Amino acid sequence: MNAGLGILSPKGRVLPILTIVAIIVLLWYAFAVLLNYNRVSEQLAGVNPEYSIGDLLRGTWSMERPVLPAPDQIAVDLWNSTAELRVTSKRSLLYHAYITASATLVGFAFGSLLGILLAAGIVHVRTLDRSLMPWIIASQTIPILAIAPMIIVILASVGVTGLVPKAIISMYLCFFPVTIGMVKGLRSPDPQQMDLMRTYNASQWQIFWMLRVPASIPFLFASLKVAVAISLVGAIVGELPTGAEGGLGSRMLAGSYYGQMVQIWSALVLAAILGMAMVYSIAGIEWATLRRTGGRA
Amino acid sequence: MPSEPTAKVVDLPVRGRGAGDSSGRAAASDVIIDIRNLGLTFQTADAPVVALSNINLTIRAGEFVSLIGPSGCGKTTLMRIVADLEQPTEGAVSVNGVSPREARLKRAYGYIFQAAALYPWRNVQRNVELPHEIMGVPKEEREAKAKRYLELVGLKDFEKKFPWQLSGGMQQRVSLARALSFDPQLLLMDEPFGALDEITRDRMNEELLQIWEKTRKTVIFVTHSIDEAVLLSTRIVVMSARPGRIIDVIESTLPPKRTLETREMPAAIELAHRVRQGLKAGHSYD
Repeated sequence: MNAGLGILSPKGRVLPILTIVAIIVLLWYAFAVLLNYNRVSEQLAGVNPEYSIGDLLRGTWSMERPVLPAPDQIAVDLWNSTAELRVTSKRSLLYHAYITASATLVGFAFGSLLGILLAAGIVHVRTLDRSLMPWIIASQTIPILAIAPMIIVILASVGVTGLVPKAIISMYLCFFPVTIGMVKGLRSPDPQQMDLMRTYNASQWQIFWMLRVPASIPFLFASLKVAVAISLVGAIVGELPTGAEGGLGSRMLAGSYYGQMVQIWSALVLAAILGMAMVYSIAGIEWATLRRTGGRA
Repeated sequence: MPSEPTAKVVDLPVRGRGAGDSSGRAAASDVIIDIRNLGLTFQTADAPVVALSNINLTIRAGEFVSLIGPSGCGKTTLMRIVADLEQPTEGAVSVNGVSPREARLKRAYGYIFQAAALYPWRNVQRNVELPHEIMGVPKEEREAKAKRYLELVGLKDFEKKFPWQLSGGMQQRVSLARALSFDPQLLLMDEPFGALDEITRDRMNEELLQIWEKTRKTVIFVTHSIDEAVLLSTRIVVMSARPGRIIDVIESTLPPKRTLETREMPAAIELAHRVRQGLKAGHSYD
C-alpha cells in the first residue's frame, strides 16, 4: 500500500510526469479543434447549418484526413499498425522501426568508435589537435538535410543502398559529440594524478589505459546519450529520400505524400519511443558501469 | 643550541646513520641526495620569477628532513626537482648518485602529494596495487603487498572501499601505503597532512613516526607546520620566499623515541623557537 502511494506522491516521479502528459493531451485536443475547425465547420454547415458544439467537437476529433489528428486517433493507428499486424508485414510500424533502429545502431557504433579514436589522437598528437579540430567543427555546420540526399544519391550510383548510406549519415552526425566529450574526458585527470604516473615512470600506453580512459568514462556516457539520439535523427533523415525502402522516415514521407497525417504522427511517436529506449539503455549501462567502479550513482 | 651536545650523545647510538651523524663520520656512499648551487627561474610574461636560488643541501640515508617555510618559498618546487617533476635552471642535483631523471626511471622514490591523488574508480586495494601493475608485478604478489601495507597503515578491512567512502585522513593513509608498498628507499612527502584537521594530523604524525622507526626510510617532508617539523625531523631546513633560499639548517636535539608528548619537552620548545626565529629572519627581507 505504502509503496503504491509512494509512487503517486509529489516526491515520486510518476505524478509529475502524468501531470505534464495530461496538460499536453488537453492542449492537443484544443489545438485539434482549432486547426481542423475550418474544414469541419464547412462540412457540417453543408448538411445542417444548425449544428451543435458537440457535433463540431466530434467532427474535429475524428476527421479522416485531419490537419492535426487527435491523440486518440494516433493511439488507435499506432495500435493497429503495431499490435494488430505481424511484425514481418510491410505495413507494420515495428518492421519499419526495426529498419530504422538497425541503421541507427550501426551508425552509432561506428560513429562512436570514430569519435573515440579521433579524441585519442587529438589528446596525444599536438599536430592533430591543431589541424583536425577546425575540420571537425566545420563538418557539423553543414546542414544534414543538404548533405544526406547527396550521400544517398552518390552511394546509390555505385550500387550501395539500404542500411549502409543511412548508417553513414548517422555516423557523420554522432561522432561529433563523442569526439568533443572524449577530448575533454581524456584530458580530465588532474595534475597530481598525472604526476603520480610520472613518478612511477609509466608509459604513455599505461597512462592512457590506467588513467585517461577510466577518467573519461563519465564524459563518454554523456556524449553517447547525445550521440544515439542524433544518430536516430540521422537515420530518419537518410530514409526520407528513399521512400520505397522502408523505415520510419519513409513512412513519414509516404504519409505526407498522401496527406495521411495520422500515419506521420504515429511514425513520429514510435520514433520518439525508440529514441527514448536507446537513451535509457545507455543510461542503464552507465549506471551499472559507474556502480562497479565506485561511482555514487 | 645549548642543549645540543647532550642530546647528540643520546641520539647517536640509537639513530645510527641519522641526522646526529652530520659530523662527517658517514661514508660518502651514505649520501642519498646532493643538491649544489641549485636555482630555478621561471620565465613569465612580464618578468622572470626566481623560485629558488643558491640551494645547497646534502641528505644522508635514514635522515628525516623537513623543509619548512612560508608559502611561495619554493619548498615544494625543490622537492619536485628532486623527483624530476620540475627542471632546475642552475646547479646540479644527484639522487642515489645519479640524476633525478635516472632515479625516477628506476622508481627510486615514493611521492606523497598534498591531496591523496587516489584514482576514484579504483577501490582502496587496487589503488595500492597501481604502481605494481605499472611495474608488471604478478597479480597475486601485488595483492599480497597491497594487503600487507594497508594493514601497516591501519586500514585492514577497508580494501574494498572506494576513496570517496573514506575520510581525508584515511585517504592519505592509502596514499602512504601506496608509496611504501613498492619499498622505495626515499619518500618525498609534500605537505601530506596539510589538508587534515589538527586531531587527525596528530594521529597521522604519530603513525608516521612509528612507520619511520620500523622502516628507516630517507624522508623529505615539506610542511608549513612548525610543530610537525619539530616532532618528526632529524633535521629541519628553514626556507624563505622571493627568492626561495635556505635560511637555516637545524639538527634535531630530540631523543629518537618520540611521541606526541615529545613536543612539550624543553628541547622541542627550543627547536620550535629556533625555527620560528629563522622564519622571522626570512620574512624581514621583504
